[in-house]
Amino acid sequence: MGVTLTEAAANHVLQYLEGRGKGVGIRLGVRTSGCSGMAYVLEFADESSDEDLIFEEHGVKVLVDPKSMLYLEGTELDYTREGLNEGFKFNNPNAKDACGCGESFNI
Amino acid sequence: MALLQLSEPGQSVAPHQQRLAAGIDLGTTNSLVATVRSGRAETLPDLDEQHLLPSVVRYTEEEVIVGEQAKACMVSDPLNTISSVKRLVGRGLEEFNSLGGQLPYHFTQEQTLVPRIKTASGDVSPVEVSSEILKVLAKRAEKTLGGDLEGVVITVPAYFDDAQRQATKDAATVAGLKVLRLLNEPTAAAVAYGLDTGSDGVHAIYDLGGGTFDISILRLNRGVFEVLSTGGDSALGGDDFDRVIAEWIMRQAGISDGTDHKVLRRLMRDACAAKEALTDSPVASLDLDLGNGARWQGQLTRDQFNELVDPLIRKTLAPCRRALRDAGLSGADIADVVMVGGSTRTPRVRELVGEFFKIPPLVDIDPDKVVAVGAAIQADVLVGNKPDDEILLLDVNPLSLGIETMGGLVEKIIPRNTTIPVARAQEFTTFKDGQTAMAVHVLQGERELVTGNRSLARFELRGIPPMVAGAARIQVTFSVDADGLLSVEAMEQSSGVRASIEVKPAYGLSDTEIETMLRDSIEHARDDMEVRRLREEQVDAKRVIEALEAALAEDGARLLNETEQEQVKTALAELMEVAEASDHKKIRKGIEKLEKTCEFYVERRMNASVQKAMSGHQLDEFE
Repeated sequence: MGVTLTEAAANHVLQYLEGRGKGVGIRLGVRTSGCSGMAYVLEFADESSDEDLIFEEHGVKVLVDPKSMLYLEGTELDYTREGLNEGFKFNNPNAKDACGCGESFNI
Repeated sequence: MALLQLSEPGQSVAPHQQRLAAGIDLGTTNSLVATVRSGRAETLPDLDEQHLLPSVVRYTEEEVIVGEQAKACMVSDPLNTISSVKRLVGRGLEEFNSLGGQLPYHFTQEQTLVPRIKTASGDVSPVEVSSEILKVLAKRAEKTLGGDLEGVVITVPAYFDDAQRQATKDAATVAGLKVLRLLNEPTAAAVAYGLDTGSDGVHAIYDLGGGTFDISILRLNRGVFEVLSTGGDSALGGDDFDRVIAEWIMRQAGISDGTDHKVLRRLMRDACAAKEALTDSPVASLDLDLGNGARWQGQLTRDQFNELVDPLIRKTLAPCRRALRDAGLSGADIADVVMVGGSTRTPRVRELVGEFFKIPPLVDIDPDKVVAVGAAIQADVLVGNKPDDEILLLDVNPLSLGIETMGGLVEKIIPRNTTIPVARAQEFTTFKDGQTAMAVHVLQGERELVTGNRSLARFELRGIPPMVAGAARIQVTFSVDADGLLSVEAMEQSSGVRASIEVKPAYGLSDTEIETMLRDSIEHARDDMEVRRLREEQVDAKRVIEALEAALAEDGARLLNETEQEQVKTALAELMEVAEASDHKKIRKGIEKLEKTCEFYVERRMNASVQKAMSGHQLDEFE
């Protein structure tokens, strides 16, 4: 199943990649930190490593390392607007609960 | 859940660690706020998609209104609606009066240093008016970013004097904002065009805003912008274009100077609209309400307009010529001309400036937004959101900063060429038993001994609780802010007593002096090293001697027989003698010898103190 991108998210990623002028795609991942266990990683990717899982959707390459994949299976990355604030949002079916701010989560 | 932004590889921040920063262009006519998101700097719009916030503040009896709504009341409520306040910030009463004649406000004329403007909600100072604008922009940024701002970069004209800069900082403080740095507007514009990442060269920044004109000649040298020269006119801008059009209309329509405020305001507004229309079309229509039901209709062509503003534009070229001369350059040396400020949209301005510098000016970035964009990029760097290798070399401290330690030696805390802002801490301890105060001597320079360095400041940390030598933990923190201001704080960790001081290290040092200090340190590197070793051994010897003397006085007679006492004292005297010599190896040997001689004494003292601690207790208490 892997991870997916909404079209809105893909369009923004493409814009940002173009503005940045380099990069093969984006990297999604999780790290252990934060107030509720796990935190998402969302970064530009300049290169992929051999063990990376690579998904491609709407013209965007998404790289995920196999360890993070355990926590991200089935995740959809979306781009939304809430009032003046806009940004990327992880819709992760694995996440059970998140801290109040939502910046970190638990499986 | 929280919304995320893309980070650079390896730069993802931990939750709650994201540092939000914004760049603010606090302009005479309009202000903007910008920030870097997902690697891109952009200005932030309000809910109505408006990026520009008119720098207009209206005071009513109930509330303070900022921006478009306030601007709309400039005509109907001129006395309580303050615009172009940047012209008044940090100015004294005299300058106020010379400018005040052009402004339709009532000033209080009391004998205070800072003049105030009378409004419906009381007298307000220009700093307070500016802070209202900053508050609105900061709130917009915080709503957009979804968090509190760690700090802001605010831009100021290159030749704002200290009072004007301080007043701008004060306005930010009143608005509850932390100023990461005041950035010169031309530098911000150059950063926005990425000139800082390009090849070394000389650039001219032509900034014709609403109320001020600035020309700055910058040289990029290995990533650092050096301001070669600046010039300009702090009372010339797009407002003056409006005024010449308004005066032209007054002549055409036969309006006299004595007409009331409201008609004059309306006249200025229509003049401004005509100017903006002429950017894209060759002719602008005018239809003016003169009050009392009278109207005036007319047309202004671009040629007529050019003729009206030509003298004003030429007035900007004289400072350009001067700035070039001050920098020892000619127009041909300029690699790029960056256009900043809404008034550079006027085609005639671009034309004449291009002719003057003999190159087409850079106009790709919206001239209204370019400064804010540069400030945002700078703010992002200053707050620490960039990978290390991409940090702009903004400013470095030219010489190492440190403190004096025992033996007249210097312990460097911030080494030279460290990019600022920076904070570094180091722990020190007491030298003597029961020492309750410590002198902190702040020094600048590269030499190992205090005498070869420049003394910046001294202060004392008092109230250290009495402890044995070496037990106190005194943390000394050096921080240099982005403006180069050094603060030094000393704190004793267990009791929390602290003392601090602020200094301006670069003050009064010329480049040649810095160079001499650097050269000396290289020439004397070997001597300095030798001296440092000698002093260190001397200090160590002194420490051993003092400790032994203290021990002998306490229990020497009790634990040692007379022969032994004699033996220890002889060894002590030997070390004292050696310590005076200037051979660090000999001193080291002397210390080692003394320590060996006294081994049995140290052992006995240990046993005695263990016994003392254990006497009167049951064995099982220690299990």
